[in-house]
Amino acid sequence: MDFLNAIVALSNFVLVPGIAYGSQLALGALGVTLIYGILRFSNFAHGDTMAVGTMTVILFTWWFQSMGIGLGPFPTALLALPFGIIVTGLMMLATDRVVYRFYRRVKAKPIIFVMASLGVMFILNGLTRFIIGPDEQRFADGERFIITAREFKQMTGLQEGLALKTTQGITVVSAVIVVALLFWFLNRTRTGKSMRAYSDNEDLALLSGINPERVVMVTWLIVAALATIAGVLYGLDKSFKPFTYFQLLLPIFASAIVGGLGNPLGAIAGGFVIAFSEVFITYAWKKVLGYMLPESLEPSGLVQLLSTDYKFAVSFGILLIVLLFKPRGLFTGKAV
Amino acid sequence: MSGSDNPYQDDRGNKDRSITNPDGVGEIPSKTSGKTSPAEGSPFLIGENMTGGYGKGGPDILHNCTIAVNPGEIAVIVGPNGAGKSTAMKAVFGMLDLREGHVLLDGEDITALSPQDRVAKGMGFVPQNNNIFTSMTVEENLEMGAFIRTDDFSDTMAQVYDLFPILKEKRRQAAGELSGGQRQQVAVGRALMTRPKVLMLDEPTAGVSPIVMDELFDRIIEVARTGLPVLMVEQNARQALEIADKGYVLVQGANAHTGTGKELLADPEVRASFLGG
Repeated sequence: MDFLNAIVALSNFVLVPGIAYGSQLALGALGVTLIYGILRFSNFAHGDTMAVGTMTVILFTWWFQSMGIGLGPFPTALLALPFGIIVTGLMMLATDRVVYRFYRRVKAKPIIFVMASLGVMFILNGLTRFIIGPDEQRFADGERFIITAREFKQMTGLQEGLALKTTQGITVVSAVIVVALLFWFLNRTRTGKSMRAYSDNEDLALLSGINPERVVMVTWLIVAALATIAGVLYGLDKSFKPFTYFQLLLPIFASAIVGGLGNPLGAIAGGFVIAFSEVFITYAWKKVLGYMLPESLEPSGLVQLLSTDYKFAVSFGILLIVLLFKPRGLFTGKAV
Repeated sequence: MSGSDNPYQDDRGNKDRSITNPDGVGEIPSKTSGKTSPAEGSPFLIGENMTGGYGKGGPDILHNCTIAVNPGEIAVIVGPNGAGKSTAMKAVFGMLDLREGHVLLDGEDITALSPQDRVAKGMGFVPQNNNIFTSMTVEENLEMGAFIRTDDFSDTMAQVYDLFPILKEKRRQAAGELSGGQRQQVAVGRALMTRPKVLMLDEPTAGVSPIVMDELFDRIIEVARTGLPVLMVEQNARQALEIADKGYVLVQGANAHTGTGKELLADPEVRASFLGG
């Protein structure tokens, strides 16, 4: 019984939140890795792109709520999501038109794109705060739990409960769908293949009649969709706060690099590696250990390796280790 | 404000590849095409009196250089190192600005067109380096070659597989995993997929063994026999001139000798100056 209780406690506090957070990071890292692979720079504005996307979805959600439109047990945000993606996509295209296209025309060095993206980051950052304010917003409505801890206890008769939040379920299901769609698109469609060709060899893509501007456009639209979805899932699961989203840039980049930059499969793996490391190291293991160990060895402290305030240190620790021992990332991406 | 004009962008700053990705960056300058105009009574493809160099203010590399090819012919550009062979071909393809001269294709003056628009007009170009999509399969490489086509290209793909049977065998394999000779076959196959009106090869046998080179030349002859004009730059001058209907010996960016391949091989001056006697 104690062993089962330990497993359930572990699932409740580590595995389920880790899978949900990992899916969110993976979606974010996919966007970063696509920009890196196809537009060839690290897009520092990605966290704030997520913030803008989520903000748009929140605004639409409020509007729908005010009109009384909802999705029943599901969050209204899911209904608002397509609109958020469209607005964010248009905004990405506008940014590209105003900022990045110029640098592409003059064949600027990739580092200049990075610096430009830093500028875009600050502007989006300000835009978000200007429109929705710097405060925390909770926009999850509908049914809160698929299964609550109490129901689980009643069902199983165990001491520990396993709660499954609706947002966690939605996160995992939508992440699987999005990833499957993305891979199908990149590997099976003409446009997807042309994106891979452009990523592989710009000049040869040009000589094959692939229009670079079109590849770039499609890439921004996909990235806008990925960023909005990742942002909304994170916001539903936790909450939306512009500063938190800006900070998300760190674990997202760590995920993309750990997995192997430019490699979509790696981005997903990296997302889960980073998420689980963060949750594992910042979780207080007292409860689980209490079930597992004989009474005499029961820990008196919390057995928390790092306070959650230091969770970004974990991302960077992993990043450092991977860069030292496997510089191309877990799944071979472009050499870092 | 292009990259090369600003010295502070070169060899300085952050080289961390986790921030930027230099792989596969393009070098073909982006330019918008001008107009074409009809031109009668010239060879099928001709770069006429071409004078020019790289960039706007760069020194001239080509001086009054003329290169032409007609259907069913193989024209070969040979010459010592640094003679401007590849530059001449790039000039025909529109990768450098001509100060003087014209490029005419199939009765049309295409001097003002950008390289990508020349592809659409029917030029198939195989660069010397980076001429395949290494991360994609052989079949995907061919598909990308046919990207501008909206019709069904499966028959062209079958023709390419007939020409290069080894590619059919390896069609699901990543092109980057193939040997040097096989990669060149993928490169030529990719260019053929557009169904070009003229095929331009920049040193197709660079870095392959002599046996593979002979085989590649055989294939190129086969392609030319179908009526497709082939323009080729070659290091291996002797072998290339043997299969050439027309040869151009360039020296310092200018035409030094022109003739059929046989004539040039027999020309004592050409032999002495660079075929090694």
